[in-house]
Amino acid sequence: MPLGGVLFIVVFLIAFGCLMLWLASKLGTQKIADPVKYQSYECGIPVQEKKDTKISVKFYLTAILFIIFDIEIIFMYPWATTFKDSLAAGQGLYVLLSMGAFLLIFIFGLFWEVKSKALEWD
Amino acid sequence: MGRDSFEIIVNGVKMIVIFLMMVQVVPILVWLERRGSAFIQNRFGPNRVGPLGLLQLLADAVKFLTKEEFFPEKGIKFLYYAAPVSALIPATLAFLAIPLGAPIKLDTFEMFGQTWGPYTFLIQGYEIGVGIVFILAVSSLAAYTILMAGWGSGNKYALLGALRASSQTISYELAMGLSIVGVILLYGTFNLTDMVTSQQGPLSFLFQGHTVTLGWLPNWGIFYQPLAALIFYAAAFAESNRLPFDLAEGEAELVAGFHVEYGGFKFNLFFIGEYGHCLVASALMVTFFFGGYQIPLITPDEMLVHVQGLMGAGNAAAIVNGLLHHVVFLIKMAVFVWIFIQVRWTLPRFRYDQLMDLGWKTMLPWALANTILTAALIYVAHT
Repeated sequence: MPLGGVLFIVVFLIAFGCLMLWLASKLGTQKIADPVKYQSYECGIPVQEKKDTKISVKFYLTAILFIIFDIEIIFMYPWATTFKDSLAAGQGLYVLLSMGAFLLIFIFGLFWEVKSKALEWD
Repeated sequence: MGRDSFEIIVNGVKMIVIFLMMVQVVPILVWLERRGSAFIQNRFGPNRVGPLGLLQLLADAVKFLTKEEFFPEKGIKFLYYAAPVSALIPATLAFLAIPLGAPIKLDTFEMFGQTWGPYTFLIQGYEIGVGIVFILAVSSLAAYTILMAGWGSGNKYALLGALRASSQTISYELAMGLSIVGVILLYGTFNLTDMVTSQQGPLSFLFQGHTVTLGWLPNWGIFYQPLAALIFYAAAFAESNRLPFDLAEGEAELVAGFHVEYGGFKFNLFFIGEYGHCLVASALMVTFFFGGYQIPLITPDEMLVHVQGLMGAGNAAAIVNGLLHHVVFLIKMAVFVWIFIQVRWTLPRFRYDQLMDLGWKTMLPWALANTILTAALIYVAHT
């Protein structure tokens, strides 16, 4: 029953982390009130609002491409586990070629992605 | 977690002990990294506090605990505090799923006027049938921790660092996931314990219908999947945000990246998470490619016979045998952890576009080629 173990350790870790943070806040030096001290870290210039930060759309694109490719890779996992079994059952060529067809689409996708400059950072 | 109270208690304690081991290894690694880097750079490193500077660890821990509590005024309170707490979870969950030693088989024994057993205890937090998938799924949750920290701090540098880190983590996860396909093809299972057991004995493989055996080499995965090992290890560097892939921190550009607003013990929790990822990556390298906990050319069962010859049959011999294999695992793992440290102090940092190019345009196609080649070779060898 691994699920019990996983749940147990997650609860334990959260308790451990919270306890340590609480302990650190109790043991730590007392706060010295100074409004400037609690401003966000900046390199000497007045602090800008967070919403002013502009983020390159490339991060978003990378995330989308990741999801597509990751699902394709996860699809190969069950195929990989059963490949030797299907070889033993005499269906090796069929299984190999059907994954080959899938991989062709995968490679085409990757090629197209590189070709369309979706991965260029500037 | 078990059938009776003894088994449940032992398994629970075992999980906490493995976690504490992980936490305790971190200061030792920090010490090793500081001393090692000092020797690489021809200086002394920490050598004042205690013998060889070993008590520096203790001093650091006390310092972390006595730092002032700090919360940036623009931060989001929940995310800011949840991030360091959850930084521990992905690495620990993944580490607990890795077999760290040969299973200990205990016969029935008397305790508290009752007969207990027989038991089989694994030196592993929990055995999960789909071990690899679980580890990949769990360790990719680290991206959430980083994003939580970056967004919750309300700082521009933190946000930029978090975005870079998560983008880099997910990009290299592709190469990592794809390089593992070759490994799964080789062993035909997701289960890490089965992988380790199929690496026992001398190197033997099918070649044109004949079984070729090389008696002087262990049957390790590295001889079948060298390319996968290389890609996996390189991707693991990127996954744990270590140099040469530590763009997330990039001191010169982003001061410290996602943990710029964190100090004291909160920073330490992030640190434990980061080193935890190094440990997980090293442990997985050992499990996939270097025979796991096995002593080269001797199976755990044969070793048990030797130990029993020394100590006499019984539960003590079984426990010693299990711990012996655990030590072998730790020695193998230490080699890879040391490579992590050495690479950090040897290579310069990449530029961000070079990093993305390496992940998507070099490592992903090579991992793909490795998968195709492995499948084709297995097909040729078996027909």
